Amino acid sequence: MSILVNKDTKVIVQGFTGKEGSFHAEQCIDYGTNIVGGVTPNKGGQTHLGQPVFNTVAEAVKATGATVSMIFVPPAFVGDAVMEAAEAGIELAVIITEGAPVKDMQAAKAHATKHGMMTIGPNCPGVITAEECKIGIMPGMIFKKGNIGLISKSGTLTYEGANQVCNEGYGITTAVGIGGDPIIGLSYNQILPMFEADPDTECIVMIGEIGGDLEIQAAKLIKEQITKPVVAFIAGQTAPKGKTMGHAGAIVSGSAGTAKEKMEALEAAGVKVVVSPAEIGKAVKELLS
Amino acid sequence: MNIHEYQAKQIFAKYDVPVPKGIMVESVKDAVIAAQELGGPVWVVKAQIHAGGRGLGGGVKLAKNLDEVEALANEILGMTLVTHQTGPEGKLVQKLYIEDGADIQSELYLSVVLDRKLEMPLIMASTEGGMNIEDVAENTPELIVTVPVDPAIGFQGFHGRELAFGLGITDKAEQKNIITFAQKLFKLYMELDAEMIEINPLVKTGKGEFIALDGKMGFDNSALGRQPEIAAMRDLTEEDPDEVEAAKYGLSYVALDGEIGCMVNGAGLAMGTMDTINHMGGTPANFLDVGGSANAETVAKGFEIILKNPNVKAIFVNIFGGIVRCDRIANGIIEATKITDVNVPVIVRLDGTNAPEAAEILKNANIANLIVGDDLGDGAAKAVAAAKGN
Repeated sequence: MSILVNKDTKVIVQGFTGKEGSFHAEQCIDYGTNIVGGVTPNKGGQTHLGQPVFNTVAEAVKATGATVSMIFVPPAFVGDAVMEAAEAGIELAVIITEGAPVKDMQAAKAHATKHGMMTIGPNCPGVITAEECKIGIMPGMIFKKGNIGLISKSGTLTYEGANQVCNEGYGITTAVGIGGDPIIGLSYNQILPMFEADPDTECIVMIGEIGGDLEIQAAKLIKEQITKPVVAFIAGQTAPKGKTMGHAGAIVSGSAGTAKEKMEALEAAGVKVVVSPAEIGKAVKELLS
Repeated sequence: MNIHEYQAKQIFAKYDVPVPKGIMVESVKDAVIAAQELGGPVWVVKAQIHAGGRGLGGGVKLAKNLDEVEALANEILGMTLVTHQTGPEGKLVQKLYIEDGADIQSELYLSVVLDRKLEMPLIMASTEGGMNIEDVAENTPELIVTVPVDPAIGFQGFHGRELAFGLGITDKAEQKNIITFAQKLFKLYMELDAEMIEINPLVKTGKGEFIALDGKMGFDNSALGRQPEIAAMRDLTEEDPDEVEAAKYGLSYVALDGEIGCMVNGAGLAMGTMDTINHMGGTPANFLDVGGSANAETVAKGFEIILKNPNVKAIFVNIFGGIVRCDRIANGIIEATKITDVNVPVIVRLDGTNAPEAAEILKNANIANLIVGDDLGDGAAKAVAAAKGN
């Protein structure tokens, strides 16, 4: 078992024939992801990477039965692409693109919610169910199959965390990079219950950062609903106030959104909080042995 | 991206949001001419820097005649203004805004920000104008009115009524004035891809009209491509020159006051690396994310920027290659040592895509001062030791 995606998931790619889309779609296919086609306007009817290209998401869904879309369109077109996917009946859109305007994402997410479509991202590495299905840009080889679920706002910390977990002899069920933008799709509070319900996931690693209060909300949910052990790291303990640290959402505004308050809330919820990402692997081992 | 008060007020005026008349100047002579043009009888001389708290820092003063305008312009222009938002080093005042004095009956607070929890814009208002709004929120939260506005329906009448009644405004003409004011502000917030607008104080005049006495605006950097007029308002002299230089090469850089230079891929890992150094008893000299398309040139540039900082005693390169290939970073490090004089120990930890190839490249290059870190913890420990001269 796993969450969100598995080897049977039918995936299309929006922005299929572009440079980024092509490169990563090919990597996903090599990993074993069931990519059944893609969408690039005015290239409908062509074949790309051995798969059919469609002009619209609606056509692609009708012809292939795809339920998940991986989105690589340029930032200015992300909002449009997400809304198109939602209306075409896609169930989950994984938005990799970085730099989408916040206003567009606000409208797109509201529209997706109205149509019952889940979104992941934007500005994220994507989602991977180890050794089955990779929808995103993460290096597949570090995700060995196992029993740890991983949720992270940061791409490279996802890799760091997964790598340490695997080096300790464990592995990953599913890893979800939720992105570090001010408005994101699925977050801790939607994904934690999925891991709780997944029989194969024994322990959850959650990686957060400064800015916003999603980690505080997660702490509340963990206290009330999550029985599986959770390890957490919050990046940005040493970040100065009022400065955006790379991710658009990673900013401490005034006294809100600090790493300290998030770490304290998670600790109070019974989470094993580590002060350095270098300790994630060891902490998982400690909780499981 | 942030803009100056005078620029925010230009935007307000364009959207019919009432502002006092004012003129931006860059010399004492022009300040006096501007004051003559505005006519008086009183003027406010205001320092234009990208930071709040200007009044308390001595950057906003009232003049009652033209001689006072001249004296104040002389005093404020060219001064280094220190406020709670500038840091102890302060900011050099290069521009002044000469403004008509306003007839102030009471001071309020009004802002529009993105509420990340509700995922929609939020109008915030308070009768406690002129104060630090965070203090108001902390001490008297009941004096803050919040009205979320779903852009799908836009600013409706009820939003306006919630705002007006929330502020305790009972006069019908005044209600109409504040509602129209907020409605226009919301319109420009949406149309211009603003991230935040803050008016503190918003002033009620003796006639029951509302005027933006101050104006602070920030914009969504991701939307500047479709807002050319806003993008043109960027004032690079208000930004850290190293951050601006780094951004040209796709590097995200923030200077800090520690001793260990950091070069990392990914914002999260970059923060995590700083945290690890700190946890091990060292101090990070900077945040630096080399991004997803790092190559020899960008890495070399990164070294150059890090080494400009005289406090740097060691550099920790921490890369977990996903899209970024470690062999490219290794070549970048070698390239950097040729271009720039890297005179401090460099601790390198490369993991992920093409890490074995990278290790081979570095080994063969035989660079003095280069220390290999096996993993994040090991690399950070070695960097901390190296910075302490061990």
